[in-house]
Amino acid sequence: MALVDKVKLPKPLSWLLNFGRARSLWVYQWGLACCAIEMGAAFGSPRYDVMRLGVIPFPASPRQADLVVISGTVTDKMAPVIRRLYEQMPEPKYVISMGSCANCGGPYWDSYSVTKGVDQVIPVDVYVPGCPPRPEALLEGIVLLQERIQREDMQERWRGEPIVVPTSAASSTRVPAAPGASGTAPTSAPATGTASAVPAGSAQA
Amino acid sequence: MSPPPTASALREQQAYVAAQAADARVNVELDTGDMTLNIGPQHPATHGTLRIACQLDGEQVISAEPLMGYMHRGYEKLCEVRTYPQCTTLINRIDWLGSFANEVPFILAAEQLMGVEAPPRAQWIRTILFELSRIANVSLFLGDMGVQVGALTPVFFAFRDRERVLNQIEEVTGGRFHPNFDRIGGLKDDIPRGWIAETHAVMAKMRGFCDEMEDLLMGNEIFQTRCRSVGVIPGDVALSYGLSGANLRASGVDWDLRRDANPGLAWDQVDWRVWTHPDGDSFARYWVRLQETREATKIVDQLLDGIPSGPIMAKVPRIIKVPAGEAYVSTENPLGEMGYYVVSKGGLGPFRVKIRTPSFSNISVVPWVMRGTYVPDIITILGSLYFILGDIDR
Ligand code: SF4
Repeated sequence: MALVDKVKLPKPLSWLLNFGRARSLWVYQWGLACCAIEMGAAFGSPRYDVMRLGVIPFPASPRQADLVVISGTVTDKMAPVIRRLYEQMPEPKYVISMGSCANCGGPYWDSYSVTKGVDQVIPVDVYVPGCPPRPEALLEGIVLLQERIQREDMQERWRGEPIVVPTSAASSTRVPAAPGASGTAPTSAPATGTASAVPAGSAQA
Repeated sequence: MSPPPTASALREQQAYVAAQAADARVNVELDTGDMTLNIGPQHPATHGTLRIACQLDGEQVISAEPLMGYMHRGYEKLCEVRTYPQCTTLINRIDWLGSFANEVPFILAAEQLMGVEAPPRAQWIRTILFELSRIANVSLFLGDMGVQVGALTPVFFAFRDRERVLNQIEEVTGGRFHPNFDRIGGLKDDIPRGWIAETHAVMAKMRGFCDEMEDLLMGNEIFQTRCRSVGVIPGDVALSYGLSGANLRASGVDWDLRRDANPGLAWDQVDWRVWTHPDGDSFARYWVRLQETREATKIVDQLLDGIPSGPIMAKVPRIIKVPAGEAYVSTENPLGEMGYYVVSKGGLGPFRVKIRTPSFSNISVVPWVMRGTYVPDIITILGSLYFILGDIDR
């Protein structure tokens, strides 16, 4: 990445590089709690089939991963471990926080042992609200992340404001989110000052 | 299908012990030192965040210690600051695969304290949903056990067929899991139109899924070699460690709370049987769970045909206050005995809730059963014990 940092790439070349990066995300599944089952359904079930988006859910180690999905409750005991495994991932790396628990503590907002949001430990790119979010909502989050990667200026540090998946996606019906259907999602204007997304209309809570 | 003959299993077991003894001699000669192998807290085979610290001598496990608490969310303390209807929201999430089944014992305990009883129709639908969550829960195990021995196909089948059951649960409750549907004195809603016929069809599909698993896994030689005579838990050990559910029945103990201590649901109205297996090894645990899933589909089929008519809710006050007292109710959840000991002082919420979860006791046998096994067997034994982290750490 050193060359990319120093030299301004011509536009077609950076577009091509971004296109390749966005469509070959190796995702490390960090299943922590109930949301892990919905993540497993999104990644493992033939009904949702995440691989059609170019996301490969099989790296055995964080050292091979581009993206980590933190799905479930982060406890204070687990938080140092998350930090450590995040640091083992190679740059450029992305984080999806799945579920109310990972976003902000969720139903355990007043618990003594739960970390209120994984963003206290590691930077988060996409928040997927819901308790648990439907598998379609996670797919929507991945599509939004891919759009973001596509638009990235590789020279800059790409950590801007996090993306919030619109809650309409979280409560969508059983039809799986088609990859092209998210063109209407408000991604072009990153909401400023919404660093921690409050799940306004949690899908099932 | 009848239990497989035990004579051959016994022979295999003796051969296994002899091989272990031979290995021990080699180890003495070569003097392999101790090695600590840390599994977890994030490992695919631990279904979450269980950590196991193993002492190894060569390939053999000297001791294995489960270290817990990575998923402790403080349910018992949180229940003290919630009202009764709010508690069920939390309690759903203890065993996150069979969530409706979690609500039932707590609601029954509260009902017992208040002296209300749900109308028969509510009880039948409760039992149906209970068994549906059992099927949704255990079917994932049936596929996942294949992954533990290196067979990837069954888990995709499991995810595919589990979706059908989740659809049925969702149609009634509105949630794929975490329905939060049970109320003190009844249920939130009635079942929708056309649901009964659909569920019959789904149950037939799930029986097909069980047959498929039997063909794919149980007849497979690799699966049998990896699971037969591995991780044997005799019945008396299982009882002394407080195992419950299918883990106990796979050790030959005929014990099922649905039959022995029916807390007022409709299990005694239908015709079904409790499956046990005398071997107590990983294979027996798989076999018992498979038969139970089949049995659960039959229970649901029979219950669907006989749902009584009537109201869905008993008369309860709008603001629920539970009179002072104590109650303990436990039911046979997908993982084993789950019980709630509720202490009330007459307020809006419980004064103290003690939660007895099955996985916590089931996992306590790990140090005993792991001693003397080989490293690859750690994974199959853990898989076959089938625990859920939220259920261990609460
Ligand atoms: S957000 Fe809800 S479903 Fe997800 S881990 Fe937390 S409690 Fe479980």
